Amino acid sequence: MTTKLRNLFAIGASAMLLAACQGQDASDTGSTGTDDNDSADTTETADFTLGMVTDEGGVDDRSFNQSAWEGMQVWAEDNGYSDDAVAYFQSNDPQEFVPNLNQAVQAGFDIIYGVGFQLTDAVKDVATANPDQHFGIVDSVVEEDNVVSLNFRDNEAAYLVGVAAAHSTQTNKVGFIGGIAGPVIDKFEAGFVEGVKSVDPSIEVDVQYAESFSDAAIGQQIAAGMYSAGADIIYHASGAVGNGVFTEATDRMESGSETELWVIGVDRDQEELGEYDGGNLTLTSSLKGVGTAIQIASNETKDEGFQGGENLIYGLAEDGVGVTEGNMSEEAWTAVQEAQEAIINGDIEVPEAPVAE
Amino acid sequence: MQLIRQHKSFLSGLIVPLTSILFGFIFGAILMLAFGYNPILAYQAMIVSVFQSPYFIGEALRQATALTFTGLGFALAFQAGFFNIGIAGQALAGWVSAVWFALAFPDLPRIVLVTLSLIIGLIIGALWASIAGFLRAYFGTSEVIVSIMLNYTALQITNYLIRNVLSESGNSTERVGENANMGFAWLSALTQNSRLNVGFFIAIIVVILYWVFMTKTTAGFEIRAVGLNASASRYAGMSAEKNIILSMFLSGALAGLGGAVHGLGTFGNIFTQGGLPDIGFNGIAVALLGLGNPIGIFFSSILFGVLNIGAGFMPNQAGVPDEMANIVIAAIIFFVGANYIIRYFLDKIAAKKEVTNSASQGGDV
Amino acid sequence: MSELEHVIEMVGITKEFGNFRANDNIHLDLRKGEIHALLGENGAGKSTLMNILSGLLEPTSGEIKVNGKTVKISSPDVANELGIGMVHQHFMLVDKFTVAENIMLGREKTKFGYIDRKKAEKEIQALSDQYGLKVDPSARIENISVGMQQRVEILKTLYRGADILIFDEPTGVLTPQEIKELMGIMMKLINEGKSIILITHKLDEIKQVANRCTVIRRGKSIDTVDVASTSQQGLADMMVGRTVSFKVDKKPANPKGTVLKVKDLTVKETRGFDAVKSISFEVQAGEILGIAGVDGNGQSELIQALTGLTKSSSGTIELAGKNVTNLKPRKITESGLGHIPEDRQKFGLVLPMSLEENIALQTYYQKPFSNHGFLNYKEIKVHAKRLIEEFDVRTPSEEHTAASLSGGNQQKAIIAREVDRDPALLIAAQPTRGLDVGAIEYIHSRLVELRDNGKAVLLMSYELDEVMNVSDRIAVMYDGKIIAIVNAKDTNESELGLLMAGVSLNDAKEQVEGKEKEKDAVDSTT
Repeated sequence: MTTKLRNLFAIGASAMLLAACQGQDASDTGSTGTDDNDSADTTETADFTLGMVTDEGGVDDRSFNQSAWEGMQVWAEDNGYSDDAVAYFQSNDPQEFVPNLNQAVQAGFDIIYGVGFQLTDAVKDVATANPDQHFGIVDSVVEEDNVVSLNFRDNEAAYLVGVAAAHSTQTNKVGFIGGIAGPVIDKFEAGFVEGVKSVDPSIEVDVQYAESFSDAAIGQQIAAGMYSAGADIIYHASGAVGNGVFTEATDRMESGSETELWVIGVDRDQEELGEYDGGNLTLTSSLKGVGTAIQIASNETKDEGFQGGENLIYGLAEDGVGVTEGNMSEEAWTAVQEAQEAIINGDIEVPEAPVAE
Repeated sequence: MQLIRQHKSFLSGLIVPLTSILFGFIFGAILMLAFGYNPILAYQAMIVSVFQSPYFIGEALRQATALTFTGLGFALAFQAGFFNIGIAGQALAGWVSAVWFALAFPDLPRIVLVTLSLIIGLIIGALWASIAGFLRAYFGTSEVIVSIMLNYTALQITNYLIRNVLSESGNSTERVGENANMGFAWLSALTQNSRLNVGFFIAIIVVILYWVFMTKTTAGFEIRAVGLNASASRYAGMSAEKNIILSMFLSGALAGLGGAVHGLGTFGNIFTQGGLPDIGFNGIAVALLGLGNPIGIFFSSILFGVLNIGAGFMPNQAGVPDEMANIVIAAIIFFVGANYIIRYFLDKIAAKKEVTNSASQGGDV
Repeated sequence: MSELEHVIEMVGITKEFGNFRANDNIHLDLRKGEIHALLGENGAGKSTLMNILSGLLEPTSGEIKVNGKTVKISSPDVANELGIGMVHQHFMLVDKFTVAENIMLGREKTKFGYIDRKKAEKEIQALSDQYGLKVDPSARIENISVGMQQRVEILKTLYRGADILIFDEPTGVLTPQEIKELMGIMMKLINEGKSIILITHKLDEIKQVANRCTVIRRGKSIDTVDVASTSQQGLADMMVGRTVSFKVDKKPANPKGTVLKVKDLTVKETRGFDAVKSISFEVQAGEILGIAGVDGNGQSELIQALTGLTKSSSGTIELAGKNVTNLKPRKITESGLGHIPEDRQKFGLVLPMSLEENIALQTYYQKPFSNHGFLNYKEIKVHAKRLIEEFDVRTPSEEHTAASLSGGNQQKAIIAREVDRDPALLIAAQPTRGLDVGAIEYIHSRLVELRDNGKAVLLMSYELDEVMNVSDRIAVMYDGKIIAIVNAKDTNESELGLLMAGVSLNDAKEQVEGKEKEKDAVDSTT
C-alpha cells in the first residue's frame, strides 16, 4: 500500500500526523532555530554540507533513518552551522532512490549518504555517474573511490539485548520481529538468539518477519500473536514496523495484562515509545550509531579529506553500537555489562547469520 | 436518474478530470496555507524544477511509462466490469519473471533477450491475473478479494524467490547483463542519464493497440458489451466465462508487461520488497483519472510522473514536508475518485443553463 | 369552492432542446378535485411537460399559473412549496431504509440535531390512515411489495404537503389487484380535496377514473375532452392521429411442419424447485403459439430454457429438427432462434452503446460485420441504417445510444435485429409491455407478418387480450405445467381466466357454459 493511498483514506488523520511530523523532522525547514544556535552562527553560510536519502521507512521511522537524520542535525549544531547545512530526501518507493540522489547531487552537498542497504545499487550508479561527488552508504558496501561505506556490528548489540531479555523473561519465551529478511537483519536475529541461548538454552525464541520496514499494522499483528502465545519480551529490528509492536504492548499493559510485557527497541533509544499509563515498557534498546558514524565520518572528511573506497566498521569496541540500561533489573544490567566486556575482549564471538536449522 | 447524464462530447469529457486536478491543487494549497507554508512556492518547486531539467523530465516520463501499462491494465478489466485490484501483484510477478529470465539467459542477442524477457513478464502477469478470473468465472468468487490475496501471495513468493533462488540469501539479485538493457544511449544522453528507456515507446504503441483492440475488434466489443450490460450480452450469446477470463488475462498481461518494463528499465534487477510496488495502486488512480480512455491514461500517467518526481523538490526548495506533497497527490486522487460529486455539480450547472441531448430525443425515458 | 376553480393552468408552454421542440404551445388546466389524464404516445412530450411542472426543466416560453397566480418553477423545491408533488414511474427509494426514513429523507425533522423518528413515524402513520394507504412506517423498503413502494412514494408527496399530485405511468409495474387498489386510493385523494394529473397511455384506466383528458401528440396539445362522453376508440384515434385497430387483422393460420418440439421439459428455478414441470408442446411453422398464464407460473423459466440461458434438468428441445437441449445461447441462436426478451432494457439492449452496435449485438462476429476478429463498422452502419429505415425506428442517427430512444423505438430496434436474422422461430416475451397503442399495433402486425411468411412464433404475455388477439393457438400455463392448449378462435376470456386459475379444461368449459345458461335463463325471464 502506498503512502498516497493511505493518505487518501485518511486525509484528515494525515493532516494531524503532519502536524506531529512537523515538530519532529521538519523543524529545520520552518523555524529559524534561534533557540539552538547563536544568531551569529546561523547567519554564517555553512562551508560544508551533508545530504541524506532515506529508504522506504522515511525520516520519521523512529529508528534507523531518524537516527541518521538526528546525527546529522547534531553534527550541524556542533559545527555551528545553520539548518541549511543538512537536508534529507525522503523515498516512498525504491524507484525514487536514484532521482532523490540526483536531486541531492544537483543541490551540491559535500557528502550524500544513502541510508540503508536498499540504496546500494542506486548509490553505486549515481556515484559512477558523478565521480567528483562524495557519497556514503550505510549498512552496505559500495566499492567506489568516491563512496565511503559505514557498517555496524549489529549482531554484537543484539547479543547484549538477548542477554538482557533472557535475564528478564518470566515466561521463558521471547520474540524477535525482523523487517525484511536478509543479511542485514540476519545479524540482529543471529545476535539476539545467540545472546538469549547463552544465558538459558531452554528459553524459546519466536522469530518472525514482517516483510516490511514501514507497515506498523503488520508489526502490531505479529506482536499480538507473540504475546498471546506467551512471549513477554519482543525485540524488533524492523524500522517503523516496530511502532506497531510498541502500540500492541502499550495497549495490553494499559488494559491490565497479567504478565508484565516488554519491548526492546532498536537502532536508537526508543524509551519514549514505551511510555504508558503505569510506567515504561521499553526494556532496553540496542543502539546503532548511524548518526554518530555519520558525524565522525563527516568531520574526518571535513578536516582530513574523504576516506573514499573505505569500509568503516563500527562495533562495541569502537562505540559504534551499544545498549541502553533502560528499565532492566540490576541483575540483567550486570550480566549485559559482563557480556559486553567479553565481546570487546574477544572472548565471545557473535555470529553474523543465524545457524541454519 | 435524469440529473446524472452521460457527457458525450470530448470537451465535457475532459472537464471532469481537469476539475478534479484543479480541486486537488486547490485543496493542497489550502492545506499548505493552513500549516503556514507558501503554496505558490511549493507548486513552483514541484513543477518548474521538473521541467527545468532534462534529467527530471526523463525520470518523470520513465515513471509514466510503468503507470501507463498498469493504468491500461486496470482500465481493461474495469471496462469489462471487473475491479482488478491485483494490478500491483501482477506487475510484481511480471517484474520478477522478466528479471529471472534475463539473468538465466544473459548471452542471447540483445533484441531477443529484451523481447523475450518482456514477453515472459507479460505472460506471467497474465496468468497470475487469470487465477482470479478463472475463480470468478467458474466458482463465482469475488475477483476483488481473490486479487487482493494474490497481491500478497505474489509479494511473498517474490521475496522468497529472491532470497532462495535468485540470490544466495541476499536482498537483491544481480543486475541483468548488458544484453537485457532497455536503455538507449541517445535517450539517456538527451535526458542527462535518466533511466528513460525503450519502454516509453512500447507504452505508446500499447496505448494505440489498446485503443484498436477495444474499439475495432470483436473481442474488444464483447468486453465492452459485457462490462456495460452483462445480462444483455449473455442473451446475445456472449460467453460470460470467456470474457471474464479474457479480460482478466489481458489486464494482467498489461500489468505484467508494466512490471517487466519497470524492473528491467528502471532497476535492472529485483530486490526484496517491503510492500507492493507503487506502480500498481498508482496505476489504478491513473486509470480512474484517465476515465478509461487510453490517451487519457497516457497523459494522466505523465501527470503522475511529474507530480511524483516534482513532489521530491518541495521539502528542500519550498520547505514543505514530504508528507504534505504526498497529501496534495492524494487529494488529487481523492477528487478523481469523487468525480461523481464534481459530475453532479457540473450537471447541476448544465441543467440550469440548458439540457443535454439525451433528454430531447425522447421526452419519456 | 367552485367546480371550475383551476389549481393549475399551463398556457402556451413551449420547450426546445436545440432544434427539437419537445413541447409546442401546449395548454393544460387542472381543476380542483379532478383527475385529469394526460394521454399521449411514448415520446409525445408528456414527461417533458410534467418535468416543467415539477421544476426539473424550465420552459422556453409559456406561462404557468398555480391557484391563479403566475409562478416561475425554477427547481423541484419551488414545486414542492407550491404543493406540487410527483409520484415517479421509477421509485426513488433507498432499499435498506424503512418507509419512514425514506419519507423523511431530505426532510428530516430534528430535535436538537437528532432525528425525531418517533414523531415522524406517528405523522406518517396518521397520513397513511387518512388516505387508507395501509403502509407500515417501520417496514423496510426491500421487504415490501412494489405496490406498497408506490404508496410510499405517494405518502412522500403528501408528507411534503402536496395538494396537486402527478402520477407518472403508475400502473406499469402493478398487478391487476394492485391497480384496482390504486384506483381506489386516487378516488380517496380526490375526495380529500387533492387534484391529480395522471400520465398514462392505458385507455381503460382513463375511462375508469379520469374526469377529463388532455391528449398530446408530437409535442402539441390536440384537445381536452370529457372522458365520460368520449369512447376509448375516440381517445386512441386522437392520440395516434389516425384510426387505430384494436383487433389484429390476420388471415387464418397455415401451419406446415414442426419447428419447435419440446418434450418432457423440466426446469429448476434458482432456489432449486421445479418451475417448469415436464412440459411438452410443439410450434409449427406459420403459426403463433401464445403462452398465457399469471406471472410466476413458469413462463420465464420455460423461455430461459428454450433460449439456453438456464439449463433444463430433463427433457429435450428440438429446434428445426436439431436437438438444442442445453446448448449455449449462441449455438441455439445460430440454429434459428430469434428472441425478444422480457425486459428489453436489461436483456435486450446495451443501453450506453450506440444503436448500430446494438443492432449488431447478435451478429457482430459474423461476416460481413467482422473480418478476422476486426469489426467492420462500415458494414455495421449500413446494416443499421437499413433496419432503422425498414422498421421505422425513430432516432436522430444510428450513432445515438440505445438509452436515448423511447421504449417503443427500443423495442423496434430489438425486433429489427431479431427478425432480420430470419429465424425459424421467434420467441417474443412480453413484447409490448409498457408501449402505447400505436407501437403495440405495429409489433402485433410484425408478428403476424412473420407467421404469414412461414415462421414459427412463440408469444409469451401476461396480457390476456394480447394472447387472444395475436395467437393462433394458446397454451395456458399454471404451476409449471401446460394445463391446456386451445385454439384462439374457439375460446374466450372467461374460459382462459379459469384455466389460468388452474381449473381443468373440462371444468372450465362446463363452468363457462353454465354461466351462459344462467345468463340465458335470466335473459329469458326478463
